[in-house]
Amino acid sequence: MHTDRTDRRGHRPGRGAGIPERADDARWRDAPWNGGHRGEGAGRRDGNGWHRGEPDGGRDGDRRGERGGERDGEWDGEWDKVTGRARFAAEYSPRAALAYAVPVQATIARGEVRNVDSETILTLPGMLAVLWHGNAPGLGVPEDSGLALFQSPKVAYRGQFVAAVVAETLETAYEAAARVRVDYAAEPHDVVLRADHPRAYRAWEDAPGEDGREAVERALREARVSLDLTYTTPAYHHNPLEPHSTVAVWEDQGLVIYDSCPGAAAVRDTLAELFTLPPSLVRVITPDAGVGYGGAATTRPQTVLAAIAAQVTGRPVQVTLTRRQMFAVTGYRTPLVQRVRLGADGRGRLVALGHDVVEQTSTTADPAAGPGAAGGPGRPVCEVLYDVPLRHRTHTVVPLDVPAPSWSRTQGDLPGVFALESAIDELAAACGLDPIELRLRNLPEADRPGSAAAGLAACLRAGAERFGWAGRDPAPGVRRDGRWLVGTGVAAAAYPVAQSPAEATVRLDADGRFRVRLAAPRMRPEERAALTTIAAVVLGVTPERVEIELGGEGGAAAGPPAPAAAGGDEPEDVVRWGMPVVRACEALAAMLGEREAHPGVPLEARARADAPDGGHAFGAQFAEARVNLDTGEVRVPRLLGVFTAGSAADADALRARFTGAMTLGLSMTLCEEGELDERWGGFLNQDLSHYLLATFADAPDVAALLLPGDGPAPDPAEADRLTGLGTSGTAAAIANAVHHATGIRVRDLPIRLDALVGRLPTG
Amino acid sequence: MTGELHTERVRSRTVRLTVNGVRHHVRVDTRTSLLDTLRERLGLTGAKKGCDHGECGTCTVLVAGRRVYSCLTLTVALDGAEVTTVEGLAAGGEPHPLQRAFLAHRAVGCGYCTPGQLCAAVGVLAEADAGVPSAVTPDPAEPPALDLAEIRERMSGNLCRCGCYGRIAAAIAEVAR
Amino acid sequence: MRPFDYERPWNIDAALAAVRDTPGAMYLGGGTNLIDLMRLGVLAPELLVDVSRLPFDRVEETGDGGLVIGAAVRSADLASHLGVRRRYPVLAQAALSVGSAQIRNMGTVAGNLLQRTRCAYFTDVTKPCNKREPGSGCPAVDGVHRNLAVVGYSPSCVATHPSDLAVAFAALDAVVRIEGATGPRRVPITAFYRDPGDDPRQDTVLEHADLITGIEVPPAGAAAHSAYRKVCDRTSFAFAVVSVAVVLEVTAGAVRDCRIALGGVAPKPWRAERAEEVLYGADATEENFARAARTEPAGARPLRDNGYKVPLVRNLLTRTLIDLAKKGA
Ligand SMILES: Cc1cc2nc3c(=O)[nH]c(=O)nc-3n(C[C@@H](O)[C@@H](O)[C@H](O)COP(=O)(O)OP(=O)(O)OC[C@H]3O[C@@H](n4cnc5c(N)ncnc54)[C@H](O)[C@@H]3O)c2cc1C
Ligand code: SF4
Ligand code: FES
Ligand code: FES
Repeated sequence: MHTDRTDRRGHRPGRGAGIPERADDARWRDAPWNGGHRGEGAGRRDGNGWHRGEPDGGRDGDRRGERGGERDGEWDGEWDKVTGRARFAAEYSPRAALAYAVPVQATIARGEVRNVDSETILTLPGMLAVLWHGNAPGLGVPEDSGLALFQSPKVAYRGQFVAAVVAETLETAYEAAARVRVDYAAEPHDVVLRADHPRAYRAWEDAPGEDGREAVERALREARVSLDLTYTTPAYHHNPLEPHSTVAVWEDQGLVIYDSCPGAAAVRDTLAELFTLPPSLVRVITPDAGVGYGGAATTRPQTVLAAIAAQVTGRPVQVTLTRRQMFAVTGYRTPLVQRVRLGADGRGRLVALGHDVVEQTSTTADPAAGPGAAGGPGRPVCEVLYDVPLRHRTHTVVPLDVPAPSWSRTQGDLPGVFALESAIDELAAACGLDPIELRLRNLPEADRPGSAAAGLAACLRAGAERFGWAGRDPAPGVRRDGRWLVGTGVAAAAYPVAQSPAEATVRLDADGRFRVRLAAPRMRPEERAALTTIAAVVLGVTPERVEIELGGEGGAAAGPPAPAAAGGDEPEDVVRWGMPVVRACEALAAMLGEREAHPGVPLEARARADAPDGGHAFGAQFAEARVNLDTGEVRVPRLLGVFTAGSAADADALRARFTGAMTLGLSMTLCEEGELDERWGGFLNQDLSHYLLATFADAPDVAALLLPGDGPAPDPAEADRLTGLGTSGTAAAIANAVHHATGIRVRDLPIRLDALVGRLPTG
Repeated sequence: MTGELHTERVRSRTVRLTVNGVRHHVRVDTRTSLLDTLRERLGLTGAKKGCDHGECGTCTVLVAGRRVYSCLTLTVALDGAEVTTVEGLAAGGEPHPLQRAFLAHRAVGCGYCTPGQLCAAVGVLAEADAGVPSAVTPDPAEPPALDLAEIRERMSGNLCRCGCYGRIAAAIAEVAR
Repeated sequence: MRPFDYERPWNIDAALAAVRDTPGAMYLGGGTNLIDLMRLGVLAPELLVDVSRLPFDRVEETGDGGLVIGAAVRSADLASHLGVRRRYPVLAQAALSVGSAQIRNMGTVAGNLLQRTRCAYFTDVTKPCNKREPGSGCPAVDGVHRNLAVVGYSPSCVATHPSDLAVAFAALDAVVRIEGATGPRRVPITAFYRDPGDDPRQDTVLEHADLITGIEVPPAGAAAHSAYRKVCDRTSFAFAVVSVAVVLEVTAGAVRDCRIALGGVAPKPWRAERAEEVLYGADATEENFARAARTEPAGARPLRDNGYKVPLVRNLLTRTLIDLAKKGA
């Protein structure tokens, strides 16, 4: 348990300037079927019944702000989302007139900014500022940190923010950003990932010893069946539909931030460091609604830009990244080259495994931080899934003039499982075994800690049953339905179950009330009441003096993209938040003495629960693939995932999340590819008509089946990790089904027309 | 270059718009999209900006009853038009059956695509009623009932990164019945 | 986006005059391509003249059984028109394959024919592109060109034309009706698009202020069957990787009439004359269809990464011919 105390003696951001306090109004209560009333449409009427806007650039009053100031209600997020009332970060409007900042991105992949022609641009009407390293305020972090905007002339990748404009209207800001002239001193760049790149370095390798490289290689040479296969996966962009966005307001000496990033605590700490403020002077509000996955979870440059722009102009500033800008600065999954070597005995038992992974990083990333901004190989998924006597794994990193990747749990996530589970499928074919049978033969001993034996076997068997696997003809390329070849495939996956640490902040305000703030996006009323009582007991006050505030400030909020976890009997939130609430209240109670010494000064204490290690959740995915004989078009009419999910209180919500994750996996398998532009650096395809996501028509029947697993229920707030399990097996299942349909093994994602057409049987 | 900038003035126009039954007079920059007018001027932030290029569907609204991408629609071109956004679907205090169905089917993830999905779904129902075919409609037969395959094809202009497609399609199918 | 003026004239003459008098003026249809490109900075007109509600917004049947499709007809309305659906399936199917329902509700037929290439360098103003800035170079030739042309391109530009309707119109021998400074004229769709040559800037033969007023579609042969087939990188809401538009008339087992256009392979809809020649009068057999398809795209020279388009379009054409012949039988 980690506790920190903040004496709020200094200034804290005022609450007076019309900044809406809370995202969630009492709209659930107001829903018509709850007997509530609907507010009048936004706007004012003049005498003629017409709503009048203001002239150019003026805002129609500040209605958006007015909608926000209401009290928080019960669990209301879902009704808000279907009525358009749920507000996302960019939709917070302070009463003071909002200005807009738009970044200017580097058009070179390496070099320096020589000059930015700010004078000319400032003459455009409605311009407030042009920011670049020649004039931007200094920040309290090292110059080469990715978030240290405009601190140095260095350009490390194409698309980096090198300047920004701030203007009264969006239209002017976009026009100005497009017209800013930046002079560069360009240097030659290198953005192409190759396994034999001269700058490649070994980031990580299995310790030598019994499982050393030599032993593995000898075993592979001597094995009855031995495979040596290379798989590649492209760069993947998260592309949440909500663009990364921030509204920043400076008040008194403090900073108030509305941010699309759900990691409020991380954003607060980062901003505090950048602007050398005590964390208590930074309020980060992450709305109920929004994106929880992938790159949204860490502070991104638009947050820093909004804060700088608001500081320089003295105005509240909104920054919403354009879709194109997101491709460069919001993180992506590194492209990977993976070599998988498998050896097996005559009965299909694995005897050795080699897994060599090559990924890219940016030249500015800290090599000591290990591969992949999101944490390196971690516990190898294969060790959890299968019993392999000899293993050797290496991880190689190539620093390139590219944006820093994030989102890179390679071994356990889609690319890693794609390689391993495709190779297992190839091994099954080589051994003449059914792919489920081969997997069952290789399960680890049931009594090994974290063993997959029970969980995985259950997933495979239940899935086989539901999917209709029995009697499957293993021969590839022989089933036809009209002009379509038909096949089925399976893949397994494991994923570590951990819970994100819950954090509670308790504050004694000048009005004598205790406010407990939790980063929970929403909570059922009973649970909120229970937590109120807990806090009151620890503080030794009546429950009337305690308020529970939700919505993200000061905690690692999570939640979306999940349907709200409502219903069910388990008081999950009390379990999750109870301990940090108790600890924070205890800490505050201990500080109350100071309160006596300095009456009127607000006090605050914060506590965080440790993240428990929950072992692994398992999954098996089954896909049917149909491949058009003439065109190589791939359709996946059925996708089934079976997951051990502990004892989830709300199975339907969890299923929704898994099917969503599988749809994402299908999208990555069939459509998505970030194309690096070798000549100019950066990504070439930076919009949603070139970087394709799966549509409704691509994902006709995606189903998830939940099995009660051994482990704890995956934390419902841990969208990221669940998405990981739901996504990770999809690619291999589909690729294996494509092989079963066609006899063609596609080892390079995505599986598109060019991988198949011309190689299919004719006639 | 300085001179060039000075000679260019922002051009603006006053436009009469009826949004969700409420009449507005707004003076807008000619460049302003319907989406930005709704979001930044009229305080109607239900329609979302997922791409600003007609590629995602989050900005879908109904103009004269037809679903369009408001990001590629110029406000100046809409003088006198009737616009319906997600905020206007529950007109009369009764939630639209699609709104209920989306909730009942848990068809909502992060919620960012949801308003566009709802407006698009309203369009799907109206288009099917009006006999508008889709790419999967057997040709030249009359449009069939809205089965799941029809719904999926007709909804393909609305992406959902949370992968709620199956549930949204089921919700629409329920209302279409 | 640069500031611009906006006008909505109420008749064709006023529209023509408005654009003629302003060198930086452009017509505005549904805006689905123009606004997109303006926001990207690819185009910066000074004046938009909105022609989307001029009175050429209907599909009319001509006395001889053909059609005149108004320039401002939306793709959705084209596809819903019963005459189009019954007699010109190729056109209805092409219209239904355009983008999404929203794009089809917004985009006009004229705008569809005049939309610009989807080459990703063209839409990125921070990179060179001969089509945008003549003489700046074509990075696609050696760069990312998986979805660009295999035939009919020039070293200065290897882009494809993305329109679906143009491909169907090419197979229908449609004619573009144009009002211009010198009065009205009619240009066959096959002569409407320019070869890129040394200057790929202009996609079509249109001059400044030329206004498309409609598309004439000749009468459909009573026994003709037609189809549009499009293959994309995803199931729906995507531009064609390749497409084929075929009008086929088979009588007594032999091909009487056959018109074929290919999309996604060239800077313009590619009329497959070689294949048509092979098929005229030939027996309508699978072998003959395959043999004809193998002659196309005639003169194909695929780039490094787009060779797959050749077997793809050949297979697609063969299959479409076979399926249509079955319908006729
Ligand atoms: C996401 C997305 C997906 C798409 N998918 C497809 C697809 O699959 N297939 C496809 O074919 N298209 C597709 N499109 C392109 C789409 O823009 C066209 O289909 C649409 O029909 C263009 O019509 P518009 O009226 O919107 O044109 P506008 O954008 O208004 O105009 C385009 C051009 O035509 C000119 N113009 C318009 N009307 C006239 C006229 N009467 N006379 C002279 N010039 C005129 C304009 O000046 C401009 O240069 C897609 C577009 C988007 C954004
Ligand atoms: S192919 Fe044509 S459009 Fe593309 S970059 Fe080359 S010149 Fe430009
Ligand atoms: S914002 Fe309009 S389609 Fe994406
Ligand atoms: S619910 Fe998140 S994008 Fe659809």
